[in-house]
Amino acid sequence: MTTTLPAYDEVVARYEPVIGLETHVELGTNTKMFCGCPTDFGGAPNTRVCPVCLGLPGSLPVANRAAVEATIRIGLALNCSIAQWCRFARKNYYYPDMPKNYQISQYDEPLCVDGYLDVEVNGEPVRISIERVHMEEDTGKTLHVGGATGRIHGATESLVDYNRAGIPLVEIVTKPIPGAGAMAPEVARAYVTELRDVLRSLGVSDVRMEEGSLRCDVNTSLNLPGEQWGTRTETKNVNSLRSVERAVRSEMIRQASVLAAGGRITQETRHFHEDTGDTTSGRSKETATDYRYFPEPDLVPIAPDPTWVAELKAALPELPRLHRRRLQQEWGLSDLDMQSILNAGAVELIEATIAAGTTPTAARKWWLGELSRRANETGAELADIGATPEQVAELQGLVDAGKLTDKLARTVLEHVVAGEGSPAKIMADRNLEVVSDTGALTAAVDEAIAANPAIADKVRGGKVAAAGALVGAVMKTTRGQADAKTVRELILERLGVQG
Amino acid sequence: MTDLTSFSAAELAGLVARGESSAVEVTQAHLDRISAVDDRVHAFLHVDTEGALDAAREVDSRRAAGEPLGPLAGVPVAVKDVLTTKGIPTTAGSKILADWRPPYDSTIVRRLRAAGTVMLGKTNMDEFAMGSSTEYSAFGPTHNPWDLSRIPGGSGGGSSAALAAYETPLSIGSDTGGSIRQPGAVTGTVGVKPTYGGTSRYGLIAFSSSLDTPGPCARTVLDAALLHEAIGGHDPLDSTSIPAPVPDVVAAARLGASGDLTGVRLGVVREFAGEGAEPGVLAAFRAAVETLTKLGAEVVEVSCPHFQYALPAYYLIAPSECSSNLARFDGVRFGLRVGDDGTRSLEEVMSATREAGFGPEVKRRVMLGTYALSSGYYDAYYGQAQKVRTLISRDFTTAFDQVDALISPTTPFVAFPVGARTADPYQMYLADLFTIPSNLYGGPGISVPCGLADGLPVGLQVMAPTMADDRMYRVAAALESAVGPFTPPAL
Amino acid sequence: MAAISREEVAHLARLSRLAVTEEELATLAGQLDVILQAVAQVGEVTAADIPPTSHSVPLTNVLRDDVVASCLTPEEALSGAPDAAEQRFRVPRILDEDVAS
Repeated sequence: MTTTLPAYDEVVARYEPVIGLETHVELGTNTKMFCGCPTDFGGAPNTRVCPVCLGLPGSLPVANRAAVEATIRIGLALNCSIAQWCRFARKNYYYPDMPKNYQISQYDEPLCVDGYLDVEVNGEPVRISIERVHMEEDTGKTLHVGGATGRIHGATESLVDYNRAGIPLVEIVTKPIPGAGAMAPEVARAYVTELRDVLRSLGVSDVRMEEGSLRCDVNTSLNLPGEQWGTRTETKNVNSLRSVERAVRSEMIRQASVLAAGGRITQETRHFHEDTGDTTSGRSKETATDYRYFPEPDLVPIAPDPTWVAELKAALPELPRLHRRRLQQEWGLSDLDMQSILNAGAVELIEATIAAGTTPTAARKWWLGELSRRANETGAELADIGATPEQVAELQGLVDAGKLTDKLARTVLEHVVAGEGSPAKIMADRNLEVVSDTGALTAAVDEAIAANPAIADKVRGGKVAAAGALVGAVMKTTRGQADAKTVRELILERLGVQG
Repeated sequence: MTDLTSFSAAELAGLVARGESSAVEVTQAHLDRISAVDDRVHAFLHVDTEGALDAAREVDSRRAAGEPLGPLAGVPVAVKDVLTTKGIPTTAGSKILADWRPPYDSTIVRRLRAAGTVMLGKTNMDEFAMGSSTEYSAFGPTHNPWDLSRIPGGSGGGSSAALAAYETPLSIGSDTGGSIRQPGAVTGTVGVKPTYGGTSRYGLIAFSSSLDTPGPCARTVLDAALLHEAIGGHDPLDSTSIPAPVPDVVAAARLGASGDLTGVRLGVVREFAGEGAEPGVLAAFRAAVETLTKLGAEVVEVSCPHFQYALPAYYLIAPSECSSNLARFDGVRFGLRVGDDGTRSLEEVMSATREAGFGPEVKRRVMLGTYALSSGYYDAYYGQAQKVRTLISRDFTTAFDQVDALISPTTPFVAFPVGARTADPYQMYLADLFTIPSNLYGGPGISVPCGLADGLPVGLQVMAPTMADDRMYRVAAALESAVGPFTPPAL
Repeated sequence: MAAISREEVAHLARLSRLAVTEEELATLAGQLDVILQAVAQVGEVTAADIPPTSHSVPLTNVLRDDVVASCLTPEEALSGAPDAAEQRFRVPRILDEDVAS
């Protein structure tokens, strides 16, 4: 395509976006949704399967209590009503990664409905309405062979592994979100971020977008002010928080360009490409698939007892928003400081660093300073930068103990990020510890005094500030591994001057 | 010595327990009988000679070691080929599963093994249990031992014919709309559809999940009760399994055998006692009603106004569920694959596989169900049928406020000649007219021989409230004691 | 009037993944028409306020504890496969438009 795409601010000046998000979460239960096969990753192909999750003739599903409870807890955390009675339904379509050629899901009777999640976008509160939270089962994984790219297109055959088939999935669907205007991409990202934090605090999933345990589909449409909502597209393959934002933005720009050229938007599935940042057309939904949903006759209804729900509600952990508010107080931070921590996605990292034995100030300094700078440079998420909270705490411990200067600590941190091991190990391996042996330091100081008699005289004459040049000389001979303050004290002492 | 195949299961268990006969002898006698007659009857799709003799030897050695034996230890049993048997062919009567050996046992088969019964093999059936004559088996029809030119009923014609041919004293069937009771009726044997949820469906290849019910088949009511007790009861692998003990069906069968039904109120279903059935069937049924009255039962007429809609409702619900249940037969994980020549896409290979692997009745029902579940038709067809199902259940509960059990002929007609009804699918469906209501309601039903019409057996059906299976055993055993047994001509 | 057209039957066959022949299509259309006219009788029943029955057992909340049970071996899992490679089930190329959500 050679069309020049419009600039984003032109898009939002002319059109109003409506977005919606469907998020799939793989639950971290021990076993699958409907059978006792383990859910752990990384097994050899088809080693986590049984007659049920292979869909063998005669096999029957039995629902996992822990998965139902996790879904109710998610619903409660998202302020949903929990259905008093609901059922599973079969969603019928043929695809080889789905062993039964139907997926057990929920249709018109989801377990949780009508909730909301409050998020903050640039310090402003935004309430995202949740339509439903329901249970379903994951599919197997298909490996496409013979094509150039490992993608389905052009492949000559495919190989199917059912280890993932039947892993419990929870689908969380928002109501359409109008009115976000130019902030729509940020709103989408803030929602998924907050949702991820909520899910993590509940301990129901490891919520890793890169590994697919948290998957996001983004619905986007544009309309002229005052007119009906436009036709929406559904963008899949959005595998990071940053991609959520990029996918919405690029789809808004694409749709605006189509509309501006007098075209119309096709209701379709689009795929987001991490490398280029745009979306390409997938399956058209013009001839909408009829999934022929009907109540799953192999499973009986779920009718959560109010006492059960109340118990689950009482046992919910402190949710991220309240948790953050409490942390802000404990850490004594201004709203602005807290906001910068949030923006950097560093709350949990800092919290864990403090828990590992360092002060709020030091933890914040490392994560928002050196590490954030590196994350921005490489485009990585802070959590994936390569340094753990424990390592950062250990590093600060070495500084506090006088074994590293700030400057040396930054050097050590670089090597930590490079994956060379713990700060203490790197400090030892690379001989970066502060020279604190006074004998060697005294020799270096004496050498510096002897080499700079004029400066030494000035200091002796009371110009204490001139000592800086001598400190610099000592630091140079010790390759920066001396503590400047100690060096200065030693110089003054050797020159017989009071500091 | 009397031929061991002529004994009932209860008698055989006694012979083995007392050491008057070994399990191996009993098993061998039945294997010999199968060799002698099954080329004409074709009740079996697979005979597991070695497995059966191994199981028999195991029983004999346990007895020799003085271990306690269950009430059916050493008794042979044949299993409808719709239940999975680990390592043993399981076809559901379909070409699409012709070579499939499941890697797991169904719950029923596990319980049969645990009870010390000896599984002889797998019996013929209409493909995926869809049919009323066994003519829709991909492996050729089974013949009725009463008249080899006639059908043995279906879908479980193999299990019932094997009993009537004395190839086995016990067999297992599955009943979705009458597939145990109707073959029982036309072969002069006993067939029981237990309460839905009273017997496990785990390992039963699904036709219509909300209706399918595995159950016992035998030549006597007591034998059926003993088998029912062995296979019944809660199974955590089946979410629809009822967590309650099996009703005491054995005691009820023994009580009924005394021939006294004083104090029992029976309801004749008005809608099933008039038109719709052959005159010979109605005559035998009326005679049986007389007999029941003589045994002390109070027989009244009750109306179940929605039963007339049971057949249409069934032919929407069962095909709908089957269209989804049979989707997994796609040539990917198991079973037949056709047309994979390196040029065709998966979709083409799937469609070619299903086209080649499924017979005409299965295709009809899969397509009918696909239609009934489609978004534009769901409410008018599947949705409406489910509402009718509710009304039929209400008819039952209203009736059971007045009577202890309901009675009717089991099926409108006696065994018909092979080929008589295959040209018109709907004529075949009528065979299940009287049995379908119990499946929609979920309650139990039994067919017990009640007489002959033109030399062919007629069955009487007793229907009871859910989890009151014992009631129908009592009535059936009483009738059996008064009119039975009915023995087919020698083969 | 026929309850179902030949075109509808052809569509149903595609949805049901059945590569039926033209000849079969004609037979099936006639048979399905008879059956559909018969089953349409359910529409005679006044049932607007009647709740549908999908399960005949009055059970709810049948749940399994989250405890790992034994799996099949890969050999058992693949024992019935028409075709396999690399311990996976092998299938012919998948058409793009098959991809569903």
